[in-house]
Amino acid sequence: MSRRSRITVAAFLALVATGACAADPTVIERTEEIVGRSFSSATADERKTRLDQDEVQALCSMHHNQPPEAAALRILELSRSSLRYPPEGRLMGDWKEGEKLASVGTGGHIGKIQPDRPGVRRGGNCYACHVLAPKEIAAGNLGPSLAGYGKQRGTSPESVRLTYEKIFNAQAFYPCSHMPRFGSNAWLTPQEVADAVAFLLDAASPVNK
Amino acid sequence: MQPSFFDGLRPRIAAACAGALLAAVALTATGDDNHAIDEIAKYREMLKDGNPAELMEMRGEELWTTPRGPRAASLEQCDLGLGPGVLPGAYAHLPRWFEDTSKVQDAESRLVTCMTVLQGLSVEEATRNWTKPNSDIEALVTFVATKSQGAAIDAPALHPREAEFAAVGAELFFRRAGPLDFSCATCHSQDQRRIRLQDLPNFLDPKSAQSSMITWPAYRVSQSAVWTMERRLIDCIRQMRAPDADYLSDAVIALEVYLQKQAAGGVMQAPGIKR
Repeated sequence: MSRRSRITVAAFLALVATGACAADPTVIERTEEIVGRSFSSATADERKTRLDQDEVQALCSMHHNQPPEAAALRILELSRSSLRYPPEGRLMGDWKEGEKLASVGTGGHIGKIQPDRPGVRRGGNCYACHVLAPKEIAAGNLGPSLAGYGKQRGTSPESVRLTYEKIFNAQAFYPCSHMPRFGSNAWLTPQEVADAVAFLLDAASPVNK
Repeated sequence: MQPSFFDGLRPRIAAACAGALLAAVALTATGDDNHAIDEIAKYREMLKDGNPAELMEMRGEELWTTPRGPRAASLEQCDLGLGPGVLPGAYAHLPRWFEDTSKVQDAESRLVTCMTVLQGLSVEEATRNWTKPNSDIEALVTFVATKSQGAAIDAPALHPREAEFAAVGAELFFRRAGPLDFSCATCHSQDQRRIRLQDLPNFLDPKSAQSSMITWPAYRVSQSAVWTMERRLIDCIRQMRAPDADYLSDAVIALEVYLQKQAAGGVMQAPGIKR
């Protein structure tokens, strides 16, 4: 059984278990068939990493990001089990590095039309969706404002760990959150996630000024 | 930052959509609001003479009426859904099912059908340079869409094959994949949202969907080109970190069917002008 069909079966079991049905299975099947033949220039590896869905993605898609309880619990379980931590165990890194990551929106663009230049930095692009340092006015609002995040939460071990885990995989707390699973998807390294934690929590960070 | 500040800034920025100028302003914006207003005023001045898309429209008209291709035929007998050669309102009723090709087609794929069937061009010739400014297909789509100005979007997807595409389009809209878990819904399923300072339409809201769909194709200042709806969608898909979607592919057309359905009743104003 292929990876995709295993995921589809698992996703459907979760769907059946809830009795909810967001999308008609035949429509999903047809959608997958159309996706399968609408990206003819994609390599096998690109299909696997860019088009095929993992179980969490499939569940959130079929429920239009509003998973019923059984699916939500499954997503929480998968997401929690994907949390990883930096080798040295320091969950709060360098806020200055975190600040850089927050502004970088490049990386990961493929294809022939407009790929990234080779070697371009891959960032977290936090400002695309969140207010962070109040002085930066060009901040998006897809996510909540995080201005003063550290002032409100402090740097206790619990606060640091919670912040780290939310950035690493927001769906370990909020199933089908719009936020990318930066750590679990290996988009950012555990160290980079720790730097983002510092940008949010460090008293010296502009986020808390 | 108080929301009222953003609220004040947003309409000015949305109104001007000032491409390179605005990009520079947005990237360096540090509260120097007067500077931003100056730059936008300058930009508005530049646009007083009209939308550069009008040049594409004229070129499109010429391509429509000039005999071309191995068959030395014009496109004046092209059937965009309302009958051979009928242009007014045709774009507003697309995509739709076409019996002769057994396909759900949008303006772009239908024009390619006409270029291949009527003029004898190959698909490669018909779509040459479709990602670049000044392509033939860009000019033709601009011309055809302009002929729908004032017509209400009316593509209800009632034919079973259209309905299937609308349903698939809805699933595609929510289909998350890739290293950032993005789908269209990530950015386009909530009201009054922005990436940085760029306003985002909410396609789940009919009014917001209308305000977007009525303005495509649009002249994009940042690209110095008219972008068709397919070009726009394929770039969104690229930004979601997916591979390039095929031009004229069913995935892109299914998304269009869904979006046009969401935008039903919107009165066409294309070509628009955008960042």
